[in-house]
Amino acid sequence: MKRNKLAIFGAGVIVILALIAIFARFIATHDPTEINIKNALLGPSRQHFLGTDQLGRDIFSRMVYGSQVALSIGLVAVGIAAIVGIILGSIAGFYGGWIDTLIMRFVDIMLCFPRFFLILSVVAIVGPNIFNVMVIIGLTGWMGISRLIRAEILSLKTRDFISASRALGASNIYIILRHLIPNGIGPVLVSFVFGVAGAILTEAGLSYLGLGVQPPKPSWGNILFEGRAVLGVGWWMILFPGLAILVSVLSFNLFGEGLRDIINPRTRE
Amino acid sequence: MLHYIIRRLLGIIPLLIGITIISFLVIHLAPGKPTELMMQMNPKAALEAQERLEKIFGLDKPLHVQYLVWLKNFFRFDFGISFIDGRPVREKIFERMPITILINVLALIMIFLFSIPIGIKSATRRGSFFDRSITVLVFLAFAAPGFWLALILMDLFGVRLGWFPVSGITSLDFENFSNLSKVIDIAHHLILPVFVASIGGLAGVSRYMRQSMLDIIHQDYIRTARAKGLPERVVIYRHALRNALLPIVTILGLSVPGLISGSVIFESVFSIPGMGKLMVEAVFARDYYTIMGGLVLSALLTLIGNLLADITYAYVDPRIRYEKK
Repeated sequence: MKRNKLAIFGAGVIVILALIAIFARFIATHDPTEINIKNALLGPSRQHFLGTDQLGRDIFSRMVYGSQVALSIGLVAVGIAAIVGIILGSIAGFYGGWIDTLIMRFVDIMLCFPRFFLILSVVAIVGPNIFNVMVIIGLTGWMGISRLIRAEILSLKTRDFISASRALGASNIYIILRHLIPNGIGPVLVSFVFGVAGAILTEAGLSYLGLGVQPPKPSWGNILFEGRAVLGVGWWMILFPGLAILVSVLSFNLFGEGLRDIINPRTRE
Repeated sequence: MLHYIIRRLLGIIPLLIGITIISFLVIHLAPGKPTELMMQMNPKAALEAQERLEKIFGLDKPLHVQYLVWLKNFFRFDFGISFIDGRPVREKIFERMPITILINVLALIMIFLFSIPIGIKSATRRGSFFDRSITVLVFLAFAAPGFWLALILMDLFGVRLGWFPVSGITSLDFENFSNLSKVIDIAHHLILPVFVASIGGLAGVSRYMRQSMLDIIHQDYIRTARAKGLPERVVIYRHALRNALLPIVTILGLSVPGLISGSVIFESVFSIPGMGKLMVEAVFARDYYTIMGGLVLSALLTLIGNLLADITYAYVDPRIRYEKK
């Protein structure tokens, strides 16, 4: 019961975040990219709720727009990961044999790379920008999902209703799309929610290194990157964006835990 | 046991080939030849020099030949030459690797030193104030970006309180120190980075330990042990703990890639000259051969970590060894 409350809290925060991202234009008090050196590095005040950075830009407004970056990268990246993972995982699980071995070996190989090293290597080649970051995080994060869906399909495909469907003349593709994936999607949904949390963290890390979303476009990670330069002075540039990341990741994780309990009652404590 | 190890070693060969192929292809996705980029950075070099370089790097040959040449060189630890300073990539990586490995090993030790007792206590006193506080902390640790934590700690303990140095691994006058002070100096510099490096694993492993312990406590043989009238201490530490620790060994292996990934972040935040920072520098300079070397070696380290964990697991749990494939 208490866990359900936490999950609802998580879902609530996610909805608020989404509303902030959608209505950023109306919520932001300043233009997030407007430079005003006269106002550089002001602490939080009535004028600038969360202070300003070294170029005098309003941190509150930059963070409001940063929520767009965080959410869109989170959703698109994990969307890509889910599509790739579901396709490869269901092919492997359904067809079995050498196709399965081949795909699962590929999964093992991909999992050998420390993810951040792989992401950095690809960023080095295709260049850092918001679109590339989405695609790269997606293409390096599908392995878990493919394992999950494969396991589900392996246990589903021997069930009677699949034989029945086959006896009625259903094609392989029809069985996969109509019966196997819809019945096996539960764990994938859970892992999707956790994946969004992970993608938000990864984007923040990349942007912090200067290899993610490029300034002047605001992202929580690159506000922190700029805050690094004024360590010990501009604490508001470090505290607030970090809290934003923490709260959003926490909310997705709590929501994911709750979702897992609903889908798989066995994990309920 | 030997059988098992040999089988595992054979099993990593296809992985090894896959890792090298993917790394090779990733780098060759790059538009244009690496030598062209080298020329852009150094416009004085003539076309003739570029052609000579292409010969040296074998870039005038078809892709699969290039791969085989690269692979052959790779196994001789010849990773090519850095575009930044013309030094062999091998030298650059090997001088950076010890500090990265040192920090990660220290972090692993910290993780297991603290998370196992925490996990045991959470499981045996499930629902207590201690257990609930730990659960909250674990969720916060999972959600907090490591580099942010590092920045906060640097701001607080480094800049404001001045307790710890904020960057590098040695002080400016390091050369003049006695051997003992050198060790103390490095340790002093490493406290914050090791703390940041271990925090994620600490949260994860204590969570696993708690779960593993909870699973075991409900087994029949634990009930039997209790029914025999054994003291709770013996039941927990002799009977339950041994079995609860088994899955943790696997977690050890699985946490290696995460730790290595983390190096990129904390080495950059704390300006530690390790492999992670080398990688970031190489990415900024598009130093392909360094990136490629770093990528393959990081995957190799992961592979070795997994292998060690598997062997340890088989050593402590005989059931694994005798399992037929």
